[in-house]
Amino acid sequence: MDFGPFLLLALMEGLVTSAVLALTALGLALVFGVMRVVNVAHGEFFMLGAVAAWFVTTWIPGPPAAGFIAALVLCPLLVGAVAALADTLVLKRLGYDPDATIVATIGLLYVLQQAALSLYGPEARPVEAPFTLRVQLPWFGYSGYKLAVIAAAAVVLAGVWLLLARTRIGLVMRATQIDREMARAFGINVERVYAGVFALGAGLAAVAAVLIVPIQQAHYLMGQDPLLLSFMVVIVGGLGSLRGALVAALLIGLSDGVISVFFSPTLAKILATLFVALVLVFRPQGLMGRRAA
Amino acid sequence: MNGGAAKIWALHLGVLAALLAAQAVLPAYHAGNLARIMVLAVYAMGFNIAFGYTGLLSLGHALFFGAGLYGMGMPVALAGWGAGAGLVAGLAAGGGLALAVGLLALRRAGVSFMIVTLMFAQAGYLTILYYTPYTRGEEGIVIDRAARVLMGLDLSQDATRYCAALALFAAALLVNLALVRSPFGRVMVAMRENEERSRMLGYDPFRVKLAALVLSGLYAGAAGAAYGLLFGYVGAGFASIQYSILPLLYVLLGGAGTVLGPFLGAALMFYLIDLASGVTTAHLLVVGAALLVLVLFAPKGILGTLRDRGLTWLP
Repeated sequence: MDFGPFLLLALMEGLVTSAVLALTALGLALVFGVMRVVNVAHGEFFMLGAVAAWFVTTWIPGPPAAGFIAALVLCPLLVGAVAALADTLVLKRLGYDPDATIVATIGLLYVLQQAALSLYGPEARPVEAPFTLRVQLPWFGYSGYKLAVIAAAAVVLAGVWLLLARTRIGLVMRATQIDREMARAFGINVERVYAGVFALGAGLAAVAAVLIVPIQQAHYLMGQDPLLLSFMVVIVGGLGSLRGALVAALLIGLSDGVISVFFSPTLAKILATLFVALVLVFRPQGLMGRRAA
Repeated sequence: MNGGAAKIWALHLGVLAALLAAQAVLPAYHAGNLARIMVLAVYAMGFNIAFGYTGLLSLGHALFFGAGLYGMGMPVALAGWGAGAGLVAGLAAGGGLALAVGLLALRRAGVSFMIVTLMFAQAGYLTILYYTPYTRGEEGIVIDRAARVLMGLDLSQDATRYCAALALFAAALLVNLALVRSPFGRVMVAMRENEERSRMLGYDPFRVKLAALVLSGLYAGAAGAAYGLLFGYVGAGFASIQYSILPLLYVLLGGAGTVLGPFLGAALMFYLIDLASGVTTAHLLVVGAALLVLVLFAPKGILGTLRDRGLTWLP
């Protein structure tokens, strides 16, 4: 294959990564932005979504598409419920203290990982794609499902944006983010908002996982990479900034796709990790964020 | 205060004497465990100097432990260095990396500091994997018995290994005790409690925190190098994120900001996992549940709670 089509293939793979990463990272950014909680267990919510998708598609009879659509609806709800429970049982009792919540979410990470290992097992299992369509480009054929993933992610992102910008729920969330005490004074049930945001963040990770699981198998350790990549996205985009997170997801997903095709993936990861650490040291507001408190 | 000092010395020297006596009494299996616990406790003590006393929660201490391990292991295995030189190299690698990380990461505080240290440690772990032809990656390097001889003592023998671990632990414990009772130790605590106020009193927070982090890195490096020498194995797993979490767990369990807490936490956690693995294979659950229970119900750990309940002299 010539260089041009090869680059195009790398970019398309990168775009799929970006789409899924944007959903996952948006969840992390939302939780950090509104609650000021660094959720180290975020990758495990992603994993939980993928594992739940395997269970749902295995249980539901009929064509793969039926099971997949059921998974796409049920898994985020289930994962969101787990997250809301974790928020009520653990994070709320800690008063959302940054140090304590980080330690607690590390604990949660291990508990969820062990639960998946015990109930689901150490195997990596595939989930069948809802449809198999091959889009024939002049140079190579490309999976139609991967293109559908990009489109679906875009739809969900637009939905979240509408929720935040145009609805009363979004208004309440933004009010809580800007000033928790003032929001409380105006009669907003801050604790319910927090539980909802934590569930929404986890649910977004689960949607991303259900979308990706036909491409990448479900495994109990699959949460680590999305966690680190989401951290990178949130840092490069500026902690707590949602628009920055979207742009950063695109940047990191595309460069990850291109670099891993042309160079050693390990070297790419080392350089990316160091780069992000230095961004956080020297530009804590993110690459395109404004300087803020 | 004199009575307090006498109690403190009696307690800590008593613990060391009990550990010395334990070797004669304990069966070989438990003596081996205890040697491992003492080395891990040195690592946790180093973590405690940064986290418990100075208030720096690092999520990347495996970088310094791994630096000690590989700083010792690579020259010994590849260049044929002696154990003594390897130990010094490991110590220097731990301290040096802590200095480098500190110079960058200490420009940030709180959550950003945690993530920066986490990222640096991840980059270090990946670097070890990237150079697999030399480091042998996940598979690791086995250090030859012939190379594990320090000052004529064969560290692969059970008895000498125990004594070497105890010697390292005793040195680390006494230095730690002297440190926290020194004026500098009190400045470290002042940084934890109120950085702005200590700045106003004329202390430079950056330099104090950097010094504490380097000391912490030296402890971790020493523990890593000793671990490799005593148990004859150097592997990438020791630099993974899990080894950044373990000292945090030990310190939280034993009591952050107490001298004996890291040892107590390491011993209890080690045996908790050991016992649990007899009942269930779910040892990740034990680690996770322990973290959750501690942070929810006993954030000060065992010794921290005892100190609140009357043993106010506990350092």
